[in-house]
Amino acid sequence: MSRAGPSPRIVTSAERLRRLLALVPYVVSRRVVGLSETAAAFGMTERELIDDLNLAWCVELKAPDPYCPIDLSYEGGEITVSQAESIARPLRLAADEASALLVALRMLAEVPSGDSAVARLIAKIEGAAGASAAASSQVAIQVDSQNVGDMAAKITAALAAGKRLHLRHYNWSRDEATERDVDPMRLLVVEGRTYLEGWCRRAEGVRMFRLDRVLDLQVLDVPREVPEDAEERDVDAGLFRPSESDERVELELSAVARWVAEDYPCESVTELGEGRLRVVLRTPDTRWVRRLALRLGEDARVVAPEPLVAEVRAAAAAALALYA
Amino acid sequence: MSKRRTERLLSIVVLLLSTRRYLTAEEIRAAVSGYPEQYDAFKRMFERDKEELRELGIPLETGLNNPFDEEPGYRIKKQDYELPEIRLEADEAAVLGIASRVWQSAALEGAAAGALLKLKAAGAPEPPDGDDDGDDKRWPGIEPRLSTQEPAFGPLWEAVRDRRPVTFSHTAPGRSGAIRRELEPWGVVNWKGRWYVAGHDRARDAPRVFRLSRITGPVKMAGPAGSVTVPPGTDVRELVKDWNVSPARDHTAVLRVRAGAGFGLRRWAGEVTPDGDGWDRVTVSFADVPWYADYLASFGPDVMVLEPPDLREAVISRLKGVLA
Repeated sequence: MSRAGPSPRIVTSAERLRRLLALVPYVVSRRVVGLSETAAAFGMTERELIDDLNLAWCVELKAPDPYCPIDLSYEGGEITVSQAESIARPLRLAADEASALLVALRMLAEVPSGDSAVARLIAKIEGAAGASAAASSQVAIQVDSQNVGDMAAKITAALAAGKRLHLRHYNWSRDEATERDVDPMRLLVVEGRTYLEGWCRRAEGVRMFRLDRVLDLQVLDVPREVPEDAEERDVDAGLFRPSESDERVELELSAVARWVAEDYPCESVTELGEGRLRVVLRTPDTRWVRRLALRLGEDARVVAPEPLVAEVRAAAAAALALYA
Repeated sequence: MSKRRTERLLSIVVLLLSTRRYLTAEEIRAAVSGYPEQYDAFKRMFERDKEELRELGIPLETGLNNPFDEEPGYRIKKQDYELPEIRLEADEAAVLGIASRVWQSAALEGAAAGALLKLKAAGAPEPPDGDDDGDDKRWPGIEPRLSTQEPAFGPLWEAVRDRRPVTFSHTAPGRSGAIRRELEPWGVVNWKGRWYVAGHDRARDAPRVFRLSRITGPVKMAGPAGSVTVPPGTDVRELVKDWNVSPARDHTAVLRVRAGAGFGLRRWAGEVTPDGDGWDRVTVSFADVPWYADYLASFGPDVMVLEPPDLREAVISRLKGVLA
């Protein structure tokens, strides 16, 4: 992908053939195309691209009569293919390729956008993929609930119209609801959950709000104003990235509480035998760990940090005192 | 070495696409550079080449030109090879760009990128760069991501795609030991951000759903491709949904909740009346005692159970467990 940036790397002969079989029709369909533009589209350096072009140009069939089936030039930085014979069209989509796109697109289609482009594209790709598309129906992604869908529709409308949002949001770890104005930046659908990312005017920073925890949302008739320097989170690096300044929390879990290691990103997970685990996680806010420890009772033990151990015990003791 | 191999493979593709007649291995050797003189070495190399071409999805066809031929030949039918005509509008290309970035999984990330290249090669306009900040260029501002950290995803997807049965070890929640399962997989489903495989459990002779993160060790193929039949009308998404269904909230509890606290549970509350000293009396419906007791314990000293007695005892026991 172009994201990785052009860098020399080992490419197997199969990968290179796959690339060449796309490269020739890429140029053919555009008639004339620049070297740099093409290199960017294929995520390679111009040097690698020229090597590929030379390789295609050198193909020679010896029998029955010797001839060179591919003729091309890249003089002056512009590529043209004057003869490409039978490989002027790209190869069909493989089952993996068709499915990777279709599953992703059907997931996108579940986010209401008021736009028909997703549905049109799905139909076109299904049509072009033919039988290769069959396996894609065997992978399904369920995105949040209906309620979330309604809110997502309001957010995409606000994004399209450039409007500010007002929302009431439930913070689970603090067990409180807050009201705030947010200038929407984008809608994220990560691991089946939908999030609004935007400039929060109350926090004066970029914040993310899980839509299933948004209690109420209105589109305001106010233009959105996202500061120039507001930065979107790099979702490719994971939604919740621990930072150096985060508190290190260590928990011991019984076999019954193993799900904690599945549901929360852990820095380390150690098997202690009989299904028990020791997990280490990092968080900027330990309040949710306190709630987690209280609900797990004897199935979890907070080992560190010391203040959190004391806090959990004090909360349990205070709660028990209510029943005394 | 690799360059020569790529050149040879590309020559074979071009040669076999431009022939109507089946060409024998010997005829292919005569036309293509790079095969050794020695027959056995050539045969081995040719077998590897054929395998590689098929893995790339190139429809290599085998057949006889007439019934008296002793040796089969090879050709590639143009209509089986070529991606059918597909024309994308600019907004569809933008959606395609988003869809091609959705997967962050070893199994399908490369496949999505490969599909994007083929569609570009078919003439699809360049999608706007996802890293670009230009709001106007980007389709409604939705960024979906799907990752598959579970190592079981890759082999299970292949099994589903190729309709092959599998065996794997699975640890059910709360159990310390893994159980060997033999499954005819019908589909892979992402439900609320978690991956599941649904299929026919051979030992149980019934449909079963397994969470991928609870599969330990390798997933092994247990039969040939095409040997699994998905029953007509099977909706894998429904199967996983039913497996995950939340039980009905048909019990009632009476709680004391500190005023201003317990926001999350108040969302399910029926009656709320002031109960003196900064407390409210809250009536809520819930589904089952153990689960709801865990949930209530998480509120610590902000929530106290008045009724029913079994829920009250379960919460007290949870809290005592914290202090144990």
